[in-house]
Amino acid sequence: MKVAVLKGGRSLEREVSLRSASNVEAALRRLGHTVLPVDADQRLVKILREERPDVAFVAMHGKGGEDGTVQELLEILEIPYTGSGVLACQRSMDKAITKAIFENAGIRTPAWFAFSEDAFRELGAADTMGDIMERLGMPLVVKPVRQGSALGISVIKDPAHLPQALLSALSYDDRVMLEAFVAGRELSVSVLGTDDPRALPVVEAVPQSDFYDFESRYTPGATELRAPAPIPDDVAAEASALALNCYRAIGCRGFGRIDMMLDPDGALWVLELNAIPGMTDTSLLPAAARAADMDFDEFVERALALADLGG
Amino acid sequence: METVKGAVTGNRLGPPDPERYERRFASRAAGIRSSAMRDMMSLTERPDIISLATGFPDTASFPAEVFDDVWAAIARDHRASSLQYGPTEGLAELRERICEIMAYGGAEAHPDDIIVTAGGQQAIDLSVRTFTNPGDVVLAEGPTYPGAVPSLTTYEARVVHVPIDEDGMLVDQAEAEIDRLTAEGTPPKLIYTIPTFHNPGGVTMSLERRRRLIELARERELLIIEDNPYGYVRFEGDPLPTLWELDGGEGWVLHLSTFSKILAPGLRVGWVAAPGQVLRKMNLSKQAADLGTATMTQRFVVEYLKRTDWREHVQRLNTIYRSRRDALLGALDAEFPAEASWTRPAGGLFVWATLPDYIDTAELLARAIERQKVAFVPGEAAFLDGRGRHSMRLNFSGAPEDVLVEGIQRIGQAIEQTMELRRALGGSE
Repeated sequence: MKVAVLKGGRSLEREVSLRSASNVEAALRRLGHTVLPVDADQRLVKILREERPDVAFVAMHGKGGEDGTVQELLEILEIPYTGSGVLACQRSMDKAITKAIFENAGIRTPAWFAFSEDAFRELGAADTMGDIMERLGMPLVVKPVRQGSALGISVIKDPAHLPQALLSALSYDDRVMLEAFVAGRELSVSVLGTDDPRALPVVEAVPQSDFYDFESRYTPGATELRAPAPIPDDVAAEASALALNCYRAIGCRGFGRIDMMLDPDGALWVLELNAIPGMTDTSLLPAAARAADMDFDEFVERALALADLGG
Repeated sequence: METVKGAVTGNRLGPPDPERYERRFASRAAGIRSSAMRDMMSLTERPDIISLATGFPDTASFPAEVFDDVWAAIARDHRASSLQYGPTEGLAELRERICEIMAYGGAEAHPDDIIVTAGGQQAIDLSVRTFTNPGDVVLAEGPTYPGAVPSLTTYEARVVHVPIDEDGMLVDQAEAEIDRLTAEGTPPKLIYTIPTFHNPGGVTMSLERRRRLIELARERELLIIEDNPYGYVRFEGDPLPTLWELDGGEGWVLHLSTFSKILAPGLRVGWVAAPGQVLRKMNLSKQAADLGTATMTQRFVVEYLKRTDWREHVQRLNTIYRSRRDALLGALDAEFPAEASWTRPAGGLFVWATLPDYIDTAELLARAIERQKVAFVPGEAAFLDGRGRHSMRLNFSGAPEDVLVEGIQRIGQAIEQTMELRRALGGSE
């Protein structure tokens, strides 16, 4: 098959995407496919029209690639693509929408509020911060609503640091989320499938630093990935079931990854869903696949077989 | 020509188990960490972004007829030798010419004191490699040249920054650091400095401080690596003696320079001037790295210097850069807030601007790339200890005046948005 690997773009996660795509391209070639690497820019539609690939593997992260934009174009061009459709991408890119959907589906997610930059500029949103801190307590997580790779995220323990944290988050997106902090273990569950999705083994990320930040995510050796996570079977089963609920609630297809926290009391809290999780050497999804005795090539082949249009 | 099947679409290797390499990486390679800022810098090359981030000299002004003449002469007179391996230390003719260039600035050197390198960058790398064991302390200006950071990190130097002001490195503070570090049992081994038209600082070390630094090197037996790529990129004022000159042949200074700024960076020809014992060690490292700098481009430099007065081309470049610097400084005066400050370089390629301390320039870059489509180098790239978060490096050599002005207007907008938001975040009281 002729497979276009869409990568790069001008998202702040461009380099992460190039690393994911490099692994995907290598796997596709080993699988015997003809690979057409496409760095997504102004010429994207022209190239796809001329080259007419059978399918597109979307290996983009963040704005433009993971938010439904490129998927909308692929729908118009009628090129089946890997991963979730337009709507699920739009929903999962926006952490506020994701969490609202989770709450409606009865899925436990930390309490939160979200604001636009304009609400601060024009409507005095800053005056609500006292109430919010009272309701969410300390520490507090401040993050951009639409951004991946932990960019712009702060965990604040002192109310005096809130304005600076908001300013940081709003550098990466024009909306910001304030979320109650859940202490505990960082778990992720990758899901594969469309009609009958299956959860891959739970992976635990244990960063050397106290926060699973950008450096920890992409520096080899900076984070230990435990796959499968050393947690009791019933907790693993609960995490998997929870992940599948999230996956269905957002309406994902193909594959996706759900990040959650396991608190000291044994409760699971879902933080977010990634429609196009990282596929770099240090990423969680490939580690989950390996734990399921599935090498990366096999994962790529399965993701490709699930490529589709619509939804 | 027949195309080899699969030549372009050939398999890129990439085994399914990344750990295969991970556990084998040398500690100096593993020590190079991922950074969000570094990743973000790759976006600055996108065509829709005005970039004041790169430090590109102007190459369009290089005279076409000279270029043609030089290549014709190489083809006619030096075909075989320019295609052949050369001596590791560089072509003898070139080393003589380098001594003439140094002498023009008042620095005496013998051709045997010179080793030709693949650009000034390799000169830095060889110098650090030759003298640094893991954990050795190197004093460097804070900020320092961002391009020196990978070498310092690779050889696992412990860098201690010495602040700068408009007269360059605060040498008194350097002395205090030497005292402190010596008392702690980790005396510094090297001082890495860019005394003239500092990158990224834009400042020049005063004569008094230069003299004091040389004294300090002698008293404390420290080697100075004098990185001097911009010495001749001067728009006004009188040149100051280099540290090499002030050392007067006592051997406490290694002098590094390059043809990148006075001729063209694509040639990748630079040099180190150093005492013989040092050069012998560097020569071995140079052999290990690449056997010798490309003969073809060394020959280009020699033939170029034979045919033209290099100072005329430098003058031409300096005229272009002066006008661009003025445009940039004018735009900064008009567009940057009163709380910001910046250097006013008399030469070189860069301005260093510092913003109010609640603005993190890496975060500002995220906003600026996404919303204003403009880029600069965040100050933290010029430090190894996480400082510099409120500063930025702005290049003025690589773009025409109107683009520079537009770029500064856009950065000004990003700053204004951030400041306005900051006020709004303070609440209505």
